[in-house]
Amino acid sequence: MLPKFSYARPDTLRAALALLDERNARIHGGGTDLLGCLRDRVFAADTVVSLGAIAELRGVAATADGGLRLGAMTPIVEIADSGLVAERYGALADAARVVASPQLRNQGTIAGNLCQKPRCWYYRGDFHCLRKGGELCYAYDGENRFHCIFGGDMCYIVHPSDTAPALAALGAVCRVTGPSATRSVPVAALHVPPSVDPHRETVLETDEVITDIILPAPPAGLRSSYRKVRARASWDFALAGVALALVFDGDVVTSARVFLSGAAPIPWRAAGVEAAVTGRKLDPEIIAAAAGASVAGAEPLAGNNYKIELFKGLVAEQLEAMAQS
Amino acid sequence: MAKKKPIKDAAESGVTRRGFLGSVGAGAAAVAAGVSTRAEAIPEITDPEEMVQIALTVNGRLHRLLVEPRWTLLFVLRERLGITGTKAGCERGECGSCSVLIDDLPRYACLTLALEAEGTEITTIEGLLDGEELGDVQRAFAEHDAFQCGYCTPGQIVAAEGLLRANPAPTDHEIRHGMSGNLCRCGTYQHIVNAVTHAADGRRKGGGS
Repeated sequence: MLPKFSYARPDTLRAALALLDERNARIHGGGTDLLGCLRDRVFAADTVVSLGAIAELRGVAATADGGLRLGAMTPIVEIADSGLVAERYGALADAARVVASPQLRNQGTIAGNLCQKPRCWYYRGDFHCLRKGGELCYAYDGENRFHCIFGGDMCYIVHPSDTAPALAALGAVCRVTGPSATRSVPVAALHVPPSVDPHRETVLETDEVITDIILPAPPAGLRSSYRKVRARASWDFALAGVALALVFDGDVVTSARVFLSGAAPIPWRAAGVEAAVTGRKLDPEIIAAAAGASVAGAEPLAGNNYKIELFKGLVAEQLEAMAQS
Repeated sequence: MAKKKPIKDAAESGVTRRGFLGSVGAGAAAVAAGVSTRAEAIPEITDPEEMVQIALTVNGRLHRLLVEPRWTLLFVLRERLGITGTKAGCERGECGSCSVLIDDLPRYACLTLALEAEGTEITTIEGLLDGEELGDVQRAFAEHDAFQCGYCTPGQIVAAEGLLRANPAPTDHEIRHGMSGNLCRCGTYQHIVNAVTHAADGRRKGGGS
């Protein structure tokens, strides 16, 4: 049985924002991560505010300037099945199709996928870890084969989202509404590394709501993809994943955005890979250099050194596939 | 109808909602609700202890009942409506034994609040019977030995039904992908794939429900 909470299901965004003023209110999008966290006592909620009745928050539609608008409450399945997404934003289609399981894709939302809580077994388990307000990260000296190789600082989670690296690579922007203002937050700047604050995952305040995610018009020559490697191919979080968004002029890469999943507490920008391929043809030497650059500066923990070779192989494989596509 | 209490803007009034209602009583709340110019900004909220009446459509039948906000659809189906074909397994969205169809899509009843399911068409394993006979997917599971202990089977069959409603001609890969949200501890996966393949073939030949 879940702990007790107050519940509201307003049908306007304005009403939802008023309710988020309540003490310790939590947003219910699809509810899959929220209910799991409440059941496992990862955090408590005094009030659950469901956004499910706000029709304007749902749907996939082309924007006037050739981009795409994803309503925050759009279920992952609708993005995975969208012809518009598949045609223009391959990385997002790839990512949406490998999120969790069919049931969770039917229920979980795109904004919820960006805002989900980490899956570290100490964080989810009965440990008062640093991220939950305790003194230390149990993963650092503990069981850490699924933890980060980049960006660890007091806390060593990996961010669990597949769609976040894809959206970040594609240059997507969240539109966020709070009690007094609306602001834009690029997906690439949505997540907070533990070096800045180990107690929060995103820059969003508790009374702010993501309303839309806007994808810019795809530039001519854009090719994008997302691939994740899992211990169990049918359904699992990423051991290692890579989102590529490369713009080609003929065979030459003119610009590149590359983000890794399963690597760091936030979707991890692989600036070294971007630099290695920009202005180049994806020939074998460049691909090998880019693969090496993907793990330059990595700081693996006792149990996850395997991720070094995994990322190198994954990045090389995905760049080869893109060169041949 | 259980009462749903309107709230006053706590930040504006400087008191908490509960403190406000407790100190001035329901009369003041009713007055607040009656201020028409503010009506849109005063959302309804159900208190944790409060039972709220909802109507759930399960297998084509409308059930009216009182629920707490924290009750999941799984709890309500099994413990309040006595529809026990839907099984409680992990209760954290990992095993699939609680799968039901909500508006034709498989979802986990353990991660769905009953309040969130109001206004939808809920289908459980019981709703897949063909009269008093087994439905076609159920028959296919029996004919292909697609279970051993059987505990995951209702969820597997519901997931298969959802898959076939969305994709009447799934490939082998699509079946494995589409059934990936359901675990079988006995490991009958290959037989499950055979059963779903057979059910899909039967439906395309017009033999299904």
